[in-house]
Amino acid sequence: MGRILFAIMALLIAAAPAIAADPIVLGAYLSMTGNVAAYGGMGWDGITIAKKMEPEVLGRPVEVKLVDTKSDKVESANAVSRLIEKEKVVAIIGEMISGNTLAGADHAERRKVPMVSPTATNPLVTQGRKYIFRVCFIDTEQGDVGAKLATEQFKAKTAALIYDIQQDYSVGLATFFKREFTKAGGKIVSETRFKSGDRDFTPQLSSIQALNPDIIYAPIYYTETALLAKQAREMGLKAPILAGDGVQAPELIELGGPAVEGIYFTTHFHRDMVDNPRGKKWLELFKQEYGKEADAFTAMGADAYFIVLDAIKRAGSTDPQKIRDALVETKDFEGVSGKITMKPNGDPIKAMVLNKVQDGKFAFVRTIPPQQ
Amino acid sequence: MDAGFFVQQMIFGLTLGCFYGLLAIGYTMVYGVLRLINFAHGDLLMVSAYIAYFAIVIFYIPWPVGFGISLVLTALLGILIDRGAYRPLRRSPKISALITAIGISFLLENLAVVIIGGRPKTFPTPPLFEGVISFAGLSIPRLSIWVMFVTIVLLMMLLWILRYTRIGMAMRALSRDVETVRLMGVDADRVIAFTFALGSALAAAGGILWCMKYPALEPFMGVIPGLKAFVAAVLGGIGNVMGAALGGLILGVGEILIVAIWPDWSGYRDATAFSILIIILLTRPTGIMGEDLPD
Repeated sequence: MGRILFAIMALLIAAAPAIAADPIVLGAYLSMTGNVAAYGGMGWDGITIAKKMEPEVLGRPVEVKLVDTKSDKVESANAVSRLIEKEKVVAIIGEMISGNTLAGADHAERRKVPMVSPTATNPLVTQGRKYIFRVCFIDTEQGDVGAKLATEQFKAKTAALIYDIQQDYSVGLATFFKREFTKAGGKIVSETRFKSGDRDFTPQLSSIQALNPDIIYAPIYYTETALLAKQAREMGLKAPILAGDGVQAPELIELGGPAVEGIYFTTHFHRDMVDNPRGKKWLELFKQEYGKEADAFTAMGADAYFIVLDAIKRAGSTDPQKIRDALVETKDFEGVSGKITMKPNGDPIKAMVLNKVQDGKFAFVRTIPPQQ
Repeated sequence: MDAGFFVQQMIFGLTLGCFYGLLAIGYTMVYGVLRLINFAHGDLLMVSAYIAYFAIVIFYIPWPVGFGISLVLTALLGILIDRGAYRPLRRSPKISALITAIGISFLLENLAVVIIGGRPKTFPTPPLFEGVISFAGLSIPRLSIWVMFVTIVLLMMLLWILRYTRIGMAMRALSRDVETVRLMGVDADRVIAFTFALGSALAAAGGILWCMKYPALEPFMGVIPGLKAFVAAVLGGIGNVMGAALGGLILGVGEILIVAIWPDWSGYRDATAFSILIIILLTRPTGIMGEDLPD
């Protein structure tokens, strides 16, 4: 027994130099549990496959340290501190949602470690910060496109807004939609709010029902959207629902069932639009590994990983400052979710996608080209 | 505002209130006998929902049996929590038991995260509880009727147990003076265990109905209802069963009416609910039906 152990150890020691070039450590802080756990789970799946595809850079293996934020802002801030202080990461991926990214961003900014968020769309996330980036469009654009869809496609003259006061994403997107919708001659007839974790929306929906709007704009997350749609349809409220990128989780359909059929939403990605080799290979690997099709948050997680690796490659160094400088220079990078060109402020120029829920699936409607 | 709208909101409010009431009774019963705020109580709602979910979805057990299993197992879990976490601390300062309760709450939540995972699951609602009854311009979810019916039946049963059975008498006696009751030859620990079982079973009933009404099962689903139910228990006068039920109804109806009548105030839903609590406690420090219990 002892001899076998000894032999194994000797083998391990002999094999060690071959595998153990010092790894490059990246950090990821994602909501793996809690109210928006689906986003973190999907983001992590995407990163995992991306890492499988490109497991090393500069001849060194890449390691990604994951910290769960429990969908909570305080935990998010702690996670970033821990990744930088304890794990000594050179770049950070995360968070999936705006509120948590805002909570974590200042820590990364202060310690000058670059951070790339897959899907935090609130404009404030990168504002005034040099080290914070994202691979998604921002909510001023999303609100604008949402308002155009409402007035042009749905011919809506009146709209009801319902949003989550606890989420920066939700409040921001609602505000931008309202601004653009009003500008286009529409009227917001009702504006109701709730708080993350609320499960009963019947009073809000009753007040909306009484005003009979042409459309309901609900820039909220998937669990709430599913329950809201269910309760709305149950009380006979038939107005179409338009949503943002926050609803694109399989849970929306699982929890909402037939009630979420016909919901339109603006988002980052649909697998039918992938047209570059990196994206195609990633999609294939994803399907092989998980036996299901990839969705927006997985693709965005992957893109955040790819873009960080690309920056490290171009910087030729693992110095956070140099990675940051290379990230800003990103131009026409072929990501899974399309071409990414970074603007100096850390926001990319990105196309948007319109999807709808049809026959219990997310169906691709069309791509909306970038605004500027 | 027309009467139909008001009645409709009252139905929604009473439904929500019944949930709070069912949970609040559990808080109040445990507080009555132990002077302990059992913070793990809300999480029992989550546990019961998952047990019912797994029984029906994974083990293909017919739903009435699945619900029964959930009730029994949750009651047993209540006894187990008391036996393992609270009984060893009976003679310790109250604050120790309180902190243990918070610990048990975290334990249950995080166990669920580790074992089941954090992503929400839907609940296979049996067709009997689905659908809406349209009546005189109102739309009444069938489940609302069930919720009210179950709450009333369970409340009646509980009051009967407390009033007319020996164990109920023992529970009432315990809430007055533990030492004297012990001296009279009553097995206090057995009575306390029974109290936990009863409270937990009520939480389980609430939990199963809750996840049929709001079908999103996740490990932290019990936190907010638990908190609201605690408020309801204090509102009604903690230690008093009828008070807890009443507190739940007031809170539920209040929350719904505030949002329905003043939609612009919908963001202040919780703030308003807690303001009601503060005002009632200022005027009646022991709650609506509470009496000064000996410490």
